Amino acid sequence: MDSLLLDIVIKVIFALLFVAVIMSLAAYSVLGERKVASWIQGRVGPNRTALPGISAIPVLGPQLVKLGIWQPLADGVKFLFKEDPLPGHVNKLYYCLAPCIALVPALTTMVVLPVGQYMDGDVVKPIILANVDIGILFILAFGSLGVYGIVIGGWAANSKYPYFGGIRSSAQMISYELAMGMSILPVLIWANGPNSGLAGLSLFNIVESQQGMWLGVWMPIPAFIFLVSLYAETNRLPFDMPESETELVGGFHTEYGSFKFGLFFVGEYAHMVIGSAVFTILFLGGWNFLPDFGIESLHWLSDPWALMPNWLGGPLSVIYFIGKTLFFVFLFMWVRWTLPRFRYDQVMTLGWKYLVPGALICVVAYAIIIGLWDIAFAIDQTPAIVE
Amino acid sequence: MADSETNLVTINIDGNEHSVPNGMNLVDACESVGVEIPHYCYHPKLSVAGNCRMCLVEMGMPMRDRATGEPVLDDDGVQKIGWMPKPAIACASKTMPGLHLKTKSDLTKECREGVMEFLLVNHPLDCPICDQAGECRLQEFATDYGRGFSRYVEEKNVKPKRTKLGPRVTLDDERCILCSRCVRFCDEIDENPVLGFTERGSYNTLTCFPGTQLDSNYSLNTVDLCPVGALTSTDFRFKMRVWFLKPTPSICTESSAGVNTEVWSREGVIYRITPRRNDLVNDTWMADTGRALYHQVEAENRMKSFRVDGNRASIGEATQRVRELMSVGPVAYVGSGQMSVEEQWMLRKLAEVEPGAVHFVYHQGEGDDRLISKDKTPNLRGGLLTGLLKTLPETHLHALRDQLEKGEVKTIVCFGEDLVKAGIGPDLLKKANIIYLGSHRNDTTDIARVLIPTLTVFERSGSFVNQQFRLQKFAQCVPGPAGLLPTTALLARIISEIKGDAYTAPSNPMLWREMGLAIEQFAGVEFAKIPATGLELDSSAFAQLPFVEEKGWHYEPAAEPAGAESSAH
Amino acid sequence: MAVKVVDRSPLNFWEKTYMPQVLGGLKITLDNMLRPKVTLQYPEERPTIPDNYRGVPTLVRDPNGREKCVSCQLCEFVCPPKAIRITPGDIDDSDENAHVEKRPKDFEINMLRCIYCGMCQEVCPEEAIFLQDIYSVSGYSREELVYHKAKLYELGGTLPDQHYKWDRKKEAEEKVAAGGHH
Ligand code: SF4
Ligand code: SF4
Ligand code: SF4
Ligand code: SF4
Ligand code: FES
Repeated sequence: MDSLLLDIVIKVIFALLFVAVIMSLAAYSVLGERKVASWIQGRVGPNRTALPGISAIPVLGPQLVKLGIWQPLADGVKFLFKEDPLPGHVNKLYYCLAPCIALVPALTTMVVLPVGQYMDGDVVKPIILANVDIGILFILAFGSLGVYGIVIGGWAANSKYPYFGGIRSSAQMISYELAMGMSILPVLIWANGPNSGLAGLSLFNIVESQQGMWLGVWMPIPAFIFLVSLYAETNRLPFDMPESETELVGGFHTEYGSFKFGLFFVGEYAHMVIGSAVFTILFLGGWNFLPDFGIESLHWLSDPWALMPNWLGGPLSVIYFIGKTLFFVFLFMWVRWTLPRFRYDQVMTLGWKYLVPGALICVVAYAIIIGLWDIAFAIDQTPAIVE
Repeated sequence: MADSETNLVTINIDGNEHSVPNGMNLVDACESVGVEIPHYCYHPKLSVAGNCRMCLVEMGMPMRDRATGEPVLDDDGVQKIGWMPKPAIACASKTMPGLHLKTKSDLTKECREGVMEFLLVNHPLDCPICDQAGECRLQEFATDYGRGFSRYVEEKNVKPKRTKLGPRVTLDDERCILCSRCVRFCDEIDENPVLGFTERGSYNTLTCFPGTQLDSNYSLNTVDLCPVGALTSTDFRFKMRVWFLKPTPSICTESSAGVNTEVWSREGVIYRITPRRNDLVNDTWMADTGRALYHQVEAENRMKSFRVDGNRASIGEATQRVRELMSVGPVAYVGSGQMSVEEQWMLRKLAEVEPGAVHFVYHQGEGDDRLISKDKTPNLRGGLLTGLLKTLPETHLHALRDQLEKGEVKTIVCFGEDLVKAGIGPDLLKKANIIYLGSHRNDTTDIARVLIPTLTVFERSGSFVNQQFRLQKFAQCVPGPAGLLPTTALLARIISEIKGDAYTAPSNPMLWREMGLAIEQFAGVEFAKIPATGLELDSSAFAQLPFVEEKGWHYEPAAEPAGAESSAH
Repeated sequence: MAVKVVDRSPLNFWEKTYMPQVLGGLKITLDNMLRPKVTLQYPEERPTIPDNYRGVPTLVRDPNGREKCVSCQLCEFVCPPKAIRITPGDIDDSDENAHVEKRPKDFEINMLRCIYCGMCQEVCPEEAIFLQDIYSVSGYSREELVYHKAKLYELGGTLPDQHYKWDRKKEAEEKVAAGGHH
């Protein structure tokens, strides 16, 4: 009984930790976004917000202020204290519900997200809240629920621009969901191939299966398709059809303000962070340090964390994983401030005419390749399975 | 000049033939055909002095053989022109048949440049502080005909800069170009020769004769005359630059002379009044007293709000109260010669709706036999023409007083007349309901039950009929205080209030169409087409009335024996 | 005019994928990101104002402290947005500058209207109004941003004078009064 209680308490603490980390990552990626935008445009970005007391510390305080560290805090407070308008013409229930619906799936998906590893005796175990078998399906399923926030928000706002934004969003989501789902099939085939000796759709397995080679390297096209679909799914430029300020004022959130808008905003960035994490897991070897090319003597290269004591290896693996994830978050921003927005028809063309067929071809091609691989190399190991 | 209009001659200016009246002054003749001859000392209403030399032009006449009188022809068979060897001043010459002028030749140009240079030699660099700047002949001609630079490096003359010539005129001698216009005006027109030059050469200085000062009531005309900023009006001095001022044609209400004026205003504020040339009424002159009349616009006792029984009211409440009071009992109207013809016509319409006797007060005062007549209202004759008056009114309202005493009148509608001054005691007045329409407070307004503020002559437009039975228009110069309506509109409102029908604001052209049909003398008069110089009306119907006006510069009392010519001016 | 139809050259394979272009764009933005920033940290760092900068128009005094404006109102006339409003006035005879006769009673410049065109400076015959290097104008109300005479002189200060026109005039007058040249 005691251990069960302890288990629950630990889980709760972990869960809170997860939420805290993800939320602050989301908040700080807002800051990151502004900084990156500024740098790209030759500016310095937010560098004025100061926290009384801390900012008075010599040297460090001003430096932090210059980095804009306190900006997300100020933004949050601002969102909290601004007047929260409730336009008269909206459907009140759904109007209030929509921002939550946008944020909750993003936070839910992190339950099945492994973020690192630790050693339980000799066995490598993931640092994860719930190591379910169908992790990837869970993420796909819940991640795409986010669109409901947008659609409901757009519809509940009861005015034309948000409505257009909602409609666009749903169409876009459906189109890219397909390509996205198919683009990870090769990964799953690989991860479950007899070769790897592992089974299941759990994300941990997928990471483990990449110790030899990160999948992004030898499956570049599915990786690319997944990345593009990810941009579309998270409504990031060049796919931010639902928002597209230039045509739709603000798209689905035109009628929103203050904290509700803040929820949408944070939701978008949370999606972005989770999406980057998923991409890292699927194609970039998760927390694996470097590929070891399947060479046994180089195994320390892919999994140095196992050689360290748990108190060091665990956190390091998490930090390394977060680092990889942040690179993709940065990529998101970099792309945003580089590319112009697509036209809507271009978005659809790209999705249906190129990505979906491309993903299909990849599935077939990689199935054949992996099959041949198995036939060529896996014969010897067959007994192992029998055993 | 009566015959000159019929007697046209052809003169040749810079190679173009023009038809101009014979014997006309050359400066005027050229101006009438659009050729400018710059001039300083010449003034159409003054004698010719010919001392500034600015108007020098080349002149010539077709050549004739001295002996035979035959035209001398050149090789092409065209009559030769005998050009005078030296340029001549245009202001001292008159048009004659065949006269040839060169106003643009090199010689003419050189002459003008030379004259300008001499004038500017000792002229101070005062334009930034000079009131004349913007309407200064010296500035204009310096830019148009001057050399554009100065060769004078010596020290300039120093002369008195702020001499008070009289109560209203300040002189800056440094700016004087010695044209003597002001001297001639005082001499010839004002017949009060107080100005003259002392010293000689470049020390020549304008001043008053010892023991005299420029204090006649026409002294400000010298300021208008002065082509430069030497003579300035003490009232207008340093008040506003003239280029901001907008001139609006108006009529002086000082007396029944009907002097034509120009009212100069900026953004709703009047800064000065100057005469407007009308050779049939006031030439180019006006009296100093008339120029000060604009102060009434900002006067302290100006009425600006509607009042009923002493309390502020809306215009609707006021007119409603007017209707109530007028239905109480017999009504009497006190009209005024300060009302325009249109307003008098509206009053007549009101008197038809709510019958009552119309009284006027004959304001008599001192005249000066010039431009101030003895009748101190501008439009008494309008009252006669519109039929409000059958005969000349009394100077006091004794008839009305008697009626009041007998209780025959209950309500008096008064248009700007101070009834107390007109001979009705305040105690007696309190017995009647007084409805007062006027622009300023006085003893009567303290007693009145309803006060309706009206606009001054500067804030409304209309027309007056002067002592010559000349119908003259005046235009609105500045907007009136907020919420005030022209008297015509006020009367229309009262009439519609009484009649109970819908109110439409009457326009002057509309009223004139009505009057043209109803009044014999106004037949065919269109408001928009009343000329700037006025329209002389048929006065025969009133020839027998003993008007008080005496002979003025352009007025002959009709009652005087025939044969008296109009004044020489 | 004859119309010539020019065919678009067809896109090659790589161009069709857009990828080289996208990568090129990313490279450009990356380069930009690494470049030094151009931002001026305004309240701490101030821009260098060039000599002929046209900032807030101000009234100036000559080195003897005489206010140079004589309220000729030329600047009021020339000002395109009608930002200037002058109430002219005369100088009392007892004043040491009585010989100038005229000075503004009040001089208002509405800084909300002023477009810093410099016309007033150009037109001024007395070299009394200058657009100097003040560029930061702020206030809490519209009235506060209508600068009156005192404020304009305070901002303007004293500038060197080339001419001393009025001083020379006064000298001449004094000389005559003392019986010198007329
Ligand atoms: S008189 Fe004319 S030229 Fe002379 S200072 Fe005055 S404006 Fe200037
Ligand atoms: S004061 Fe004026 S009008 Fe008189 S002489 Fe001098 S310039 Fe002429
Ligand atoms: S700078 Fe231009 S806009 Fe400003 S006050 Fe001067 S003239 Fe007017
Ligand atoms: S132009 Fe110069 S002298 Fe004239 S009012 Fe303006 S500042 Fe004063
Ligand atoms: S105008 Fe002819 S000389 Fe003066």
